[in-house]
Amino acid sequence: MTDTESKALQAKEKAELKSASEDTKPGPTFAPSVDIFETEEALTLLADLPGVNAKDLNIDLKEGVLTLSSDAVTQEGSEEVDVFREYQTGKYYRKFNLSDVIDQSKIEAELKEGVLRLHLPKIEAAAPRKIEVKAG
Amino acid sequence: MIFRRVSEWPSWNWRGQWEEMEKLRRQMDVLSGGLSGRLFAETSAGVFPLMNMTEDSDHYYVRAELPGIKADVLDISVTGDTLSISGERMILEEKENAKYHRRERESGKFSRIVGLPSQVDTTKVEASTTDGILKVILPKSEAAKPKQITVKGE
Repeated sequence: MTDTESKALQAKEKAELKSASEDTKPGPTFAPSVDIFETEEALTLLADLPGVNAKDLNIDLKEGVLTLSSDAVTQEGSEEVDVFREYQTGKYYRKFNLSDVIDQSKIEAELKEGVLRLHLPKIEAAAPRKIEVKAG
Repeated sequence: MIFRRVSEWPSWNWRGQWEEMEKLRRQMDVLSGGLSGRLFAETSAGVFPLMNMTEDSDHYYVRAELPGIKADVLDISVTGDTLSISGERMILEEKENAKYHRRERESGKFSRIVGLPSQVDTTKVEASTTDGILKVILPKSEAAKPKQITVKGE
């Protein structure tokens, strides 16, 4: 099923990140555009990461914080000289706080045509546990 | 006062004027870019997709970031000195019970024509997509290539 209405795409500059901490490597860092949706079982994240291949991408999930980052990828060959430049290239970085507990062992990530699809299954709801309070 | 005859204008046509405007704008961008400390001044035409063009002695290279767009939905055509790219970015609708928290990725149609700085050999143009980057390699036509001229000593 696809979107029925088909509007014209507008050019959009990549959102450059200005982080509080300084990077040791120079160059701009961009925040990739993402779609995040949730079903009963899982959280899925789609991110546009043009120019990034699987080995340059780092996905980290620690204490409920999901971090996506990639090193800068040069698209141009060394012999090439700019004629004009409308978009910049650099690193990608984005961080999310996850509100659900994710089953770390079942995370799946797929990077295809510069789009990351990250499947984050929630931990099956623990059986309700009744805590008995003993009277002392 | 600067006096310039019409015939001396670099190509007196609409593209020539456009290029003059572009050049001026680019220079202004460089100025303002220099002030804000940016390494590269961006000169956006404001049309999707944004492109970067580079050249070496034999080719022009045009690149555009088109994540999630398969090569077969792209329509690329070249005349002597223009390149046109059109296509559609489709984002599949997910399961019905999916609840969206963020929707930043956009879908839609696009079409763009860019003027090339010189004539290219249209029969040898190649286009490929890797990791969501479209790369079009346009070999310069023989007439547009820089010629090495050796000076003969007597």
